[in-house]
Amino acid sequence: MSEGGDNIDTSSDAIRFVLDGELYELDNIDPTRTVLQFLREDLGRTGTKEGCAEGDCGACTVVLAELNKDGSDLTVRAINSCIQFLPTLDGKELITVESLGRDGNLHPVQQAMVDHHGSQCGFCTPGFVMSLFALYKSNAKPSRREIDDALAGNLCRCTGYRPIIAAAEAMYDAEPDTAWLRQPATSANAKNKANKFKSPTDRIDALKDLQRDSCLALTGSGRTFFAPTTSDELAGLLAIHPNATLLAGGTDIGIWVTKQHRELDTIIYTGRIKELNQVQVSVSQIEIGAAVSLTDAMEHILDAYPDLDELFKRFASPPIRNAGTLGGNIANGSPIGDSMPVLMVAGTTLVLRRGRSRREVPLENFYIGYQVKDLRPAEFIESIRMPLLGDDVILRSHKLSKRFDQDISAVCSAYCLELDGEQVTMFRMACGGMAATIRRAENCEAAVVGKSWNNDTIDAACKALARDFEPISDMRASAGYRLRVAQNLLRRFYLESRGDADVSVYSYGR
Amino acid sequence: MGAKPHATGKSLPHDSAKLHVSGAAAYTDDIAEPRDLLHIAIGMSSKAHAKVTKLDLATVLSANGVADVFVAADIPGENLCGPIVADERIFSDDVVEYAGQAIFAVAAETVDEARKAARLATIEYKELEPILDPLDAIAKKSFVLPSETLNCGDAIAALEAAPHRLQRRLDLGGQDQFYLEGHIAMAVPGEDGTITVYSSTQHPDEVQHLVADVTGRSAKDVVCICRRMGGAFGGKESQAATIACIAALMATKTGRACKLRLDRDDDMIMTGKRHDFVIDYDVGFDDDGRILGIRFMFASRCGVSADLSGPVNDRTMFHCDNAYFLENVDIESHRCKTNTVSNTAFRGFGGPQGMYAVEYAIDDIARTLNKDPLEVRRKNFYGIDERNTTQYGQKVEDNIIAEIVDKLEDDAKYQKRRKAVRNFNARNKVLKRGIALTPVKFGISFTATHLNQAGALVHVYRDGTVHLNHGGTEMGQGLYIKVAQVVADELGIGVDRIRINAADTSRVPNASATAASSGSDINGKAAQKAAQKIRSRLTEFAASHFNVAETKVDFGADKVTVGNETLTFEELVQLAWFGRVSMSATGFYKTPKIHYDRETFSGRPFFYFAYGAAVSEVVVDTLTGENRLLRVDIVHDCGDSLNPAVDLGQVEGGYVQGVGWLTSEELCWNEAGELTTHAPSTYKIPTCSDLAPDFRVQLLQNAGNREDTIYRSKAVGEPPLMLGISAFHAIRDAIATDEQPLPDLQAPATPEAVLKAIEGGGQ
Repeated sequence: MSEGGDNIDTSSDAIRFVLDGELYELDNIDPTRTVLQFLREDLGRTGTKEGCAEGDCGACTVVLAELNKDGSDLTVRAINSCIQFLPTLDGKELITVESLGRDGNLHPVQQAMVDHHGSQCGFCTPGFVMSLFALYKSNAKPSRREIDDALAGNLCRCTGYRPIIAAAEAMYDAEPDTAWLRQPATSANAKNKANKFKSPTDRIDALKDLQRDSCLALTGSGRTFFAPTTSDELAGLLAIHPNATLLAGGTDIGIWVTKQHRELDTIIYTGRIKELNQVQVSVSQIEIGAAVSLTDAMEHILDAYPDLDELFKRFASPPIRNAGTLGGNIANGSPIGDSMPVLMVAGTTLVLRRGRSRREVPLENFYIGYQVKDLRPAEFIESIRMPLLGDDVILRSHKLSKRFDQDISAVCSAYCLELDGEQVTMFRMACGGMAATIRRAENCEAAVVGKSWNNDTIDAACKALARDFEPISDMRASAGYRLRVAQNLLRRFYLESRGDADVSVYSYGR
Repeated sequence: MGAKPHATGKSLPHDSAKLHVSGAAAYTDDIAEPRDLLHIAIGMSSKAHAKVTKLDLATVLSANGVADVFVAADIPGENLCGPIVADERIFSDDVVEYAGQAIFAVAAETVDEARKAARLATIEYKELEPILDPLDAIAKKSFVLPSETLNCGDAIAALEAAPHRLQRRLDLGGQDQFYLEGHIAMAVPGEDGTITVYSSTQHPDEVQHLVADVTGRSAKDVVCICRRMGGAFGGKESQAATIACIAALMATKTGRACKLRLDRDDDMIMTGKRHDFVIDYDVGFDDDGRILGIRFMFASRCGVSADLSGPVNDRTMFHCDNAYFLENVDIESHRCKTNTVSNTAFRGFGGPQGMYAVEYAIDDIARTLNKDPLEVRRKNFYGIDERNTTQYGQKVEDNIIAEIVDKLEDDAKYQKRRKAVRNFNARNKVLKRGIALTPVKFGISFTATHLNQAGALVHVYRDGTVHLNHGGTEMGQGLYIKVAQVVADELGIGVDRIRINAADTSRVPNASATAASSGSDINGKAAQKAAQKIRSRLTEFAASHFNVAETKVDFGADKVTVGNETLTFEELVQLAWFGRVSMSATGFYKTPKIHYDRETFSGRPFFYFAYGAAVSEVVVDTLTGENRLLRVDIVHDCGDSLNPAVDLGQVEGGYVQGVGWLTSEELCWNEAGELTTHAPSTYKIPTCSDLAPDFRVQLLQNAGNREDTIYRSKAVGEPPLMLGISAFHAIRDAIATDEQPLPDLQAPATPEAVLKAIEGGGQ
């Protein structure tokens, strides 16, 4: 297709997805309607709950099955339905708590939860069941730590989690769930039902039929939703609709709607754009398309930088990482975003595109002020280029928050260090949570580069850090603590770099 | 004649477990909506204290989908609500008293339309000076209720004579209940002025009566129903009533069914929490660490109205002894009125704050004397035959704390691990470990004696199946399965024959809140009595029908043996029906022995005590204050448990909730008096990975309640929460050093609070 949105057919399409083996075709829907609203209010499928409407409690967890890259298999992942817009289901299979179990028998995940007394009030339970189901489908023998990670996005206030963990360990003991989805007949109240699949187990073929190679354009409730399939189409659409909301994972934009009741008139969704969903690894860099999920992006980054494991495990929660994108985290530009400090010190650049023209901007120059970015109208992030530094370079990041899992940072620091003997040949440090933007610690860096990597240098660096930032006090931390802990985290990094540090408290004893 | 117990004592799954895991358990928002249902949203005050100079709702009324609005003047009855003292306005009058107070309500066709419209009001304020913390309230003599004192012995003389003396001030944070299901009520008008209210409430009776009062009805015209709540923890004891009243008022005004479901943020902003406290203590002790005299000053943030703050603060006064004999004690308790949301019940109900205070004092004593805190705790435990009277004059007759602590010390290998911790800390600079054992003694009964009553209704249908109702509500604690187990045993049948029904004011009247851990004690006894009545009628009938002595009739395992005959339960029931026997009965129970004079704070407010103890071990990063639980050992006393799996769930969940209160759960207000932590993004309850990797919980065996409770079980709802205090003291143990033996750690022990205690010096 040639560039330019004027070639795009803007008559309203219908979105198509699968639920319980049935094809749903929906048109004329409000594009900002959430999957949760659709389930509870339109279908009366009330098993999925709303606990917070911001993706932080997991009561709304559902599972999406999508074709993998080559169409050979399904990727099964948990997401938060409370902030997921309905049109993003297009081409996917939706699985809810009601989908599990057959002929009156519970799915092994559900049965294990019953057997191990994993529910008390039961309100969080459907969400836990769905996160466990995603784990069941993706990991044949998870460790306790992997169970903790898989459930990091689900809050339970009653049980204290012990029986849920026991259920997670026991759910593999039952007969395998070869036929694990309900038959179409059970969802009798489905509206808009079309072809019932004769063979609901053949789910891959069903989804293949739903894939599209042209832009989806949907209108409803006075709003328009585009899902282009190429970067060219996106550039063209943005030229026509420069004020459109660019939607990637929607883990923040969803909250604009559910919490702030913002009206979004035109939405352009990046989730279907081929180029933006690619990851290319070369000898010198990892290039991550802007719409690649955090889960996938982190997997690639971890191959090169395994030390970032703790940061990534503590980054939001699995459902948020499954939906959210690295490009979205960067474009959102929050001063407390967790990906940017480490990307910044690694020397990451962004490929920005506007119309036909592209430019490459270092991430550290991208943030101009609070929520102000070096991004022109109709310009978008196409990809993120993270350099592959040599083995001699130490790249680390520390996150500090009230709770280990699924919390927003009070401070997030990152460091990039290269030594020649004791001599520091390169030192970069960046902090989140310390200023209106995430940025480098210039005075601190200057106090270290060219010096000996020792305690005296670190003392001087800590003093210099106090000149780099004037943090604020809020509900996450006081200004004084932020600065103090940023200094102490730098000390911890020093100890780690010397191999003198204990394991972090996060990992201790686990 | 006793039935053969076979259901009680078994770890049956929660009665709704299969529904929970299938998404088929219906909560209030899942009930099929009536035609023409309207959805309500609340317009709230943005100021902590102000005169409303202008309230213009024209734009609200004209917004999409809006059907009606509601303000204070529209209330047919009194604009006052409250569980004990009616001093809380449902909608503000001309003065708003906290940020988040309801000013008006709007009803619209959809939830979205209502919530959007609620933001469109034009409200102008003239700001007044707010009182935002308890100390400011004391200075300005701002109280919701009069201050109280409780004196026992001569604390002043004992303190002056004591060889050692310590003082400390504690700032103790509050806690949001964070039930996963927020507040909700749906009111459905019926014929002839009646109304049915579906409410997520621990207290349907109160909802019924308050809805009747504010809508100008009498109780006979209001039915309140609650099948289950998605968690409550005290947060739905009194607070549900306001929500239900608003739904009922709007339904009455519009003549349409109305539902009010609070968004999470609104729920956290508009409804009460655990009281935060400022506490001073002054303790005198001897060389062994035995407390000779102690004075406490408790000042709690009650918010704008009394709500349940009276009994909450009374319970603080009753529990600042925890398991320790305080011979000479002075307690001063201030119930501070602040321009913040009215605080309310939360698991423990003031008890945790009192116990936190005395445990801190004990820890300070031990560290001052350089002793193991466990040794000092033991020195101060209540005795069996002496040193066994509480500061409120109740003799502790069932003291098993020493036995529990001895067992736990052994099972947890406390002494060995304490040495290991010391060794670790000598070797490690940055990471430090700590360990602590703390006990729990918790008084069981509502302190207001009249609330200790319960009713039940049991029908046996002629096919031999059973309908069960009682006044208790199910919030996840497993009350319904436990009571069903009791009824099953009394009738000698399996629980699968019993249909457990929603709490419903038209079935069982005048029920107390399901609170104070009393649910299975009082409702279990009431249901037992109802079942016993039916069984005795069946026995009498069977004896007569088969012409045998009544002693020859026995029920069990779904069968009835009558002399030499054996019938199935349904065969006997069929015969009894033909024999015109009533197979429906009510049961009523009132807790015996208790009495209490609130004027003198003396008597026997508690039927008995529940006990437990926990050992927590933690690791702390002294560079950041981050901390993590490593191992937890608990021994807890549930008497003869009605359902060990359910009780274990209460102990485990209570412990984790208590740890959350004292570590990661921090409520923050800004200078304008607005709560800034009003969603899970900012308010952090424990997650899965916060559970100690090594978590060993046991129920004390062969420990039947010495009092005649239902099958000699003990209440278990609240007491385990206070086991979490051990985690706090483990953190304090980790950061105490020779240079700084008494670190000034304040709760919640967030990383910031811990680092402050490490770097900020001790006392």
